[in-house]
Amino acid sequence: MVKTNDFVIRFANVNGTGSASANFLFAKAVFRMGIHISAKNIFPSNIQGLPTWYEVRVNDKGYVGRRAGIDFMVAVNPQSFEQDTKDVEPGGYFLYDSTRKLYDHQKRPDIHYIGIPLMEMCNNEYTDPRQRQLFKNIIYVGALAELLGIEFNVLEDLLSEQFAGKEKLIPLNVRALQMGVNFIKENHPSPIDLRLERRDNTKGKIIIDGNAACGLGAIYGGATVAAWYPITPSTSVAQAFESYAEQLRIDENGKHLYAVVQAEDELAAMGMVIGAGWNGARAFTATSGPGVSLMNEFIGLSYFAEIPAVLIDVQRTGPSTGMPTRTQQSDLMEVAYASHGDTKHPVLLPANPKECFEMTAECLDLADELQTLVVLLTDLDLGMNDHVSDAFEWDDNRKYKRGKVLSADDLDNLKERWGRYLDVDGDGIPYRTIPGTHPSKGSYFTRGTSRNEYAAYTEDGNEYKKNMDRLLVKWETIKNKVPGPEFIPAEEPTSMGMIFFGTTTYSAEEAMDQLREEGRAMDAMRLKAFPFNKDVQQFMESHEVVFVIEQNRDAQMRSLIMNELNINPAKLVSVLNYDGMPITAAGILEQIEQHIQKIAIA
Amino acid sequence: MSYLKPKFRHPHLPKNELGYTKTEYEGSLSTLCAGCGHDSISAAIVQACFEMNIAPHQVAKMSGIGCSSKTPTYFLGNSHGFNSVHGRMPSVATGASMANKKLKYFGVSGDGDSASIGMGQFAHVIRRNLNMVYIVMNNGCYGLTKGQDSATADEGSKNKTGHINPFQAIDLASLAIELGATFVAQSFSGDKHQLIPLIKAAMEHNGFAFINVISPCVTFNNNVGSTKSYDYVREHIAATSTVDFVPTHDEITTTYSEGEIKDIAMHDGSIIRLKKLTNDWDPENRLSAASAMQNARANGEILTGLLYINEKAANLHQTFKTTDIPLNRLTEKELCPGSATLSELMKDLQ
Repeated sequence: MVKTNDFVIRFANVNGTGSASANFLFAKAVFRMGIHISAKNIFPSNIQGLPTWYEVRVNDKGYVGRRAGIDFMVAVNPQSFEQDTKDVEPGGYFLYDSTRKLYDHQKRPDIHYIGIPLMEMCNNEYTDPRQRQLFKNIIYVGALAELLGIEFNVLEDLLSEQFAGKEKLIPLNVRALQMGVNFIKENHPSPIDLRLERRDNTKGKIIIDGNAACGLGAIYGGATVAAWYPITPSTSVAQAFESYAEQLRIDENGKHLYAVVQAEDELAAMGMVIGAGWNGARAFTATSGPGVSLMNEFIGLSYFAEIPAVLIDVQRTGPSTGMPTRTQQSDLMEVAYASHGDTKHPVLLPANPKECFEMTAECLDLADELQTLVVLLTDLDLGMNDHVSDAFEWDDNRKYKRGKVLSADDLDNLKERWGRYLDVDGDGIPYRTIPGTHPSKGSYFTRGTSRNEYAAYTEDGNEYKKNMDRLLVKWETIKNKVPGPEFIPAEEPTSMGMIFFGTTTYSAEEAMDQLREEGRAMDAMRLKAFPFNKDVQQFMESHEVVFVIEQNRDAQMRSLIMNELNINPAKLVSVLNYDGMPITAAGILEQIEQHIQKIAIA
Repeated sequence: MSYLKPKFRHPHLPKNELGYTKTEYEGSLSTLCAGCGHDSISAAIVQACFEMNIAPHQVAKMSGIGCSSKTPTYFLGNSHGFNSVHGRMPSVATGASMANKKLKYFGVSGDGDSASIGMGQFAHVIRRNLNMVYIVMNNGCYGLTKGQDSATADEGSKNKTGHINPFQAIDLASLAIELGATFVAQSFSGDKHQLIPLIKAAMEHNGFAFINVISPCVTFNNNVGSTKSYDYVREHIAATSTVDFVPTHDEITTTYSEGEIKDIAMHDGSIIRLKKLTNDWDPENRLSAASAMQNARANGEILTGLLYINEKAANLHQTFKTTDIPLNRLTEKELCPGSATLSELMKDLQ
């Protein structure tokens, strides 16, 4: 059976051999043909020499979650050959370097083998060892173009864009592509069962990874200070910010309208963000779980001293060092209640690059308005993989919301005594001053110790409690300030619901569609933030069973819902995935099915 | 404390050029022990800022945790202050400075705060040459937790309980020179004639100015056998020089015979005038400063005064080429590239 625009292709490479750009060339060419794709990089915590995989799912319906099972394997890494052979679906295809002969006992009878003598072709064509390695990748892209039906001029255009300024390299690459095409024409002329056909599904869309989107969102959101410490998978957030800043934030005199500090560790990174936020600049840091662990003390200071700060946590597989290059949603509890004592923090949950862009800017507004730490919780899957996304938009009339900051005039016009921690408006958010504002008014001492409403140190239990209670009033304000959930009702009333967030969304939506096609549609809700507003409460209360789909072992979102909304645990059924790979629709459906059968038996 | 600082002031107190009296540079009443060296340092800071005509609201006081870190409450009451977390003041100061390069940052730390829990941040703020004054009020012990030895306690020094410290001391001033600090001084809380000009010079320095001030803990470390007691320090002090700080606009009136005097020009035109007491020492030569420190230590002396200065190194803002307008004053007009630029960026991603 011919599968058109609906298959998964995986590239098995050795890292550090230049395969990434060739594989991206393939993915982008399919995208340019108007076809939906999703690309996943499955890479080792290593720089050179270990197996690395790149997986592209092609799908006309726009399902871009991961799908298990490989229809086409490009196996150019002898180290992972055995595993790669096993991973191919029956009837699938296996492209390999036939310079070294593959014996029959190494072959599976139920899959198709396509041998291309890549090494031999390169050795004959090139003398430079680096070229021999690099062009091997381009040759297999050419072969795939011929086998699957990628339009050759699309590839040529992409190469021209990629090597703009280095035009000499274009014909070399085109020639390598052509070698792949010709080899297939001569040696494997009969068409295979996987085909690509031009569509119009990606018009106006872009390909970007979530980390770059966050970096750009921080530029648009007005961040001027970034402090960070290198850690996978968040490193490219700060790097993207800096690279966009070099492009967009240097004035005509060569002066920088930003400062990026690579800190000595995550503690210092968060300290710098808090120092900058205290002093009235918009600041953020980006890290992953281990970094958040280190930042805990400072996070409590931001909460208690009420200092704006933005933390972008690109989650990886924990605990401890865990699997640094695999994905998970397991920092949820950590960020929601980070630090000692009674603390809690707003957390925004983007599900795609466009939301990474928008929510990063929104976090910067919220931190200023709420005078507290705001977390953007993304993950490796969203942050480091290339996603097809709607193009980003910006309203030029938008003004930064700087929150309750008193100017020198405000201070002069105040009728009553100003108190840094005095709740004047009843929303739990007090007014603050920025150092240097006024020669004689508005100075105060910021501290992590208890103090009264006028910022004077106190050990009076009543004063302490009054402040802690005001922070709860602020928490109620926060519930209506953070983005509310997206409600996706089934066409018919149902007592069953599902709830999900972040990168679980892609596969959850695919699972939802399938349930609908099977006549078992259920209501769905996508959470966009913590704390939860009354819509989330209502959704929980109006369903008998709610499947909580998430990517961690301990059902952390389920715990948060139980804890914050006082929901009967019996009605919250966990659907989990925590092997470090993105969750699949099939995995979700299987767990839902198991539960439904259990109910039926009972 | 159950009593308040008297608010009465003599109506004809002298005013500085900005029209402020010294009172306006003071803070709340100290809650430290009577006789604490730290209070003398606070007084020296008040005096220096008053005489330097510094507008109090243009100073941000930064500190960590500990007795020393409490002191910013006791000086410059009209300045914003930030008592952050233990050992992490340098990072908070770094962020604050990035947000507004126009303020003066005055950091106060202690030996526990800088030489133990905050050693990493101490090293890195020096490495970045952040434009700030960084004073360590060094008493060799953890006062606020009742007198445990700190990492700057000298080997063999005896504390109040009779315990003899078996570990080598971390010499913060030598370390600062080694790490590349661009202004390193050492002083004694009991010597305000030396300390005040050093603070003034530090405030005018372009870059990171470190002053390690030996400041005896009267309660836990002022006993016989302690090398951080008033008596011991007074007996073992050796000065590199006398220090005069001459602001830009003051005419130099004092006269010294040639060869005795060394004038160091600062970036804003003011001058540090040193009357050298030590031979073979050049405060603008790192090697010479380091060796003077080592020699003094070998002789059992505490070398005080200006030890090393380099006015030419770029501070962090200069390294980063940040714009002259403080980053915290920029608005969406300067910061947001707008929708047209965004559309162009989107085209590149299609």
